Amino acid sequence: MSDTPENLPENAANLANTAKDLADQAAHIAAQASQLIDQAAGAHGGEFLITGITVFILACFVGYYVVWRVTPALHSPLMGVTNAISSVIIVGALLSVGASEVGFSKFMGFLAVTLASVNIFGGFIVTSRMLHMFKKKD
Amino acid sequence: METLAPLAYLIASICFIMALRGLSSPVTARQGLTYGISGMTLAIVVTLLTPTVSSYGLIILGIAIGGSIGTILAKKIAMTDLPQLVAAFHSLVGLAAVCVAASAFFNPSAFGIGEIGDIKTVSLIEMSIGTAVGALTFTGSLIAWGKLQGVVSGKPITFGGQHAFNAALGVLLVVLIIMLCITQAPIYFWAITFLALALGILMIIPIGGADMPVIVSMLNSYSGWAAAGIGFTLHNNLLIITGALVGASGAILSYIMCKGMNRSFISVLLGGFGGEQAAGGAADMGDRQAKIGSAEDAAYIMKNASSVIIVPGYGMAVAQAQHALREMADLLKKEGVKVTYAIHPVAGRMPGHMNVLLAEANVPYEDVFELEDINRDFSQTDVVYVIGANDITNPSAKTDSSSPIYGMPVLDVEKAQTVLFIKRSLGSGYAGIDNPLFYADNTMMLLADAKKMTEDIVKSLEH
Repeated sequence: MSDTPENLPENAANLANTAKDLADQAAHIAAQASQLIDQAAGAHGGEFLITGITVFILACFVGYYVVWRVTPALHSPLMGVTNAISSVIIVGALLSVGASEVGFSKFMGFLAVTLASVNIFGGFIVTSRMLHMFKKKD
Repeated sequence: METLAPLAYLIASICFIMALRGLSSPVTARQGLTYGISGMTLAIVVTLLTPTVSSYGLIILGIAIGGSIGTILAKKIAMTDLPQLVAAFHSLVGLAAVCVAASAFFNPSAFGIGEIGDIKTVSLIEMSIGTAVGALTFTGSLIAWGKLQGVVSGKPITFGGQHAFNAALGVLLVVLIIMLCITQAPIYFWAITFLALALGILMIIPIGGADMPVIVSMLNSYSGWAAAGIGFTLHNNLLIITGALVGASGAILSYIMCKGMNRSFISVLLGGFGGEQAAGGAADMGDRQAKIGSAEDAAYIMKNASSVIIVPGYGMAVAQAQHALREMADLLKKEGVKVTYAIHPVAGRMPGHMNVLLAEANVPYEDVFELEDINRDFSQTDVVYVIGANDITNPSAKTDSSSPIYGMPVLDVEKAQTVLFIKRSLGSGYAGIDNPLFYADNTMMLLADAKKMTEDIVKSLEH
């Protein structure tokens, strides 16, 4: 497929068709998947999903109202702080590194702890540097 | 410990909310940061006390390595390069999310979500979403970092059928997630991860440098959603709450940035902006003459004014002119001139970037105003000093419906008595759009490097 302008609509159309076929397949598999989910949710684990979604939605609302009150002057520090706290993902990593068995999973956990630590320290320190500049001037 | 841990996580969540709450004013912001750090410390300590965590060697090593790198990076970085640093940090959160998801997939029992080959379907879906969003954030942020740092061309990279191709990959991603749920085969886990990595690159390359503030905010949001996705997998409310807070924050910042450019979020994502347009606009301006002034002229005009508004843009940051600028403002204040600063929401390369740079130069934050608070004052102002900004002052955004930035909120600088406009040459701005302000009767162009010109004005004011 060459990219001459005349070919473009045709190429795009072909791709769109491929996408449509894939979408049809996906719809079919999705139907199967939703059955699987129903089964799984019926068994166990579904209970947390509902709690999780409740917590998630409520937290989105809290986030929405709190963040709108952040003064535009502090939007950069806001990004610094959110960057640092999103690394709370380290909690998940700690569980897998701390497990006694050694293996791939533990290595992945170690990598995640290291990466998240860069962010936690880096994010909080850079924010602190920024906020330090916003001190009231005499 | 069983019941105490969730309670401690709840306290940590509240600390994070308080950290964001503190940022509502510069006075309470530092206290907010203390809340944030306490929340994080609490979350980590409580997790370490969980009975399933029994070996500490690697944990300490990881925190020591990561912590040192993070500390050095954060201490060394120049405030001008802040957007790059933030983009780089986002990529790390994304990669960490992928690692945690992989770790959970290959050792589900450590997280209590089943056994290898027999992971609960809900967990698999959550895990896939976590890893896909994480991988997307990782490569997307890397490209954004490259564009901001200048390693990757800031020009949008587009090819035919791009959007259809990306959409097809997106559909394929969903198919792979479903296949993973049905077969539990690791190959699908990796396929999802690699496909999402590719999508992250493909999504960001068509987006031009001018739209980077939106993209940095959007990736901020993604890193939050990735954390929330992992939180669902691990049945951990702290991760879900924090992820939602960060996700909401990034989404709001993206919205504010889009509004600042009068662009829809979708049009930013579709990309291609800031490439080759506006070639026609430059031609019909050709016969108009711009008035060109010197540093002495500028110093004389400002010294005799009663009010000056400074409009900084990214060019000020590039030239590192903020310190010279503050010196100039101090000298003018000594002469009895009222000096204030006007910040456009998309000035700079990330939300709030200008405010940080001015604060770094010891400009009191009480003198710095946002667009909607100061725009009415331009008509009663003697002199506007535009330094390193261009498109955000372009009046054709209000008058010329054929302009690519038509409808974008701009600072009404042309309403002031005199506009002093510093620029290296009479070329177009970052978005490639000509600015009729250069040729207006009340505009005096100061053609020089922003820092050099400001320093020359300072010298001239001192005499």
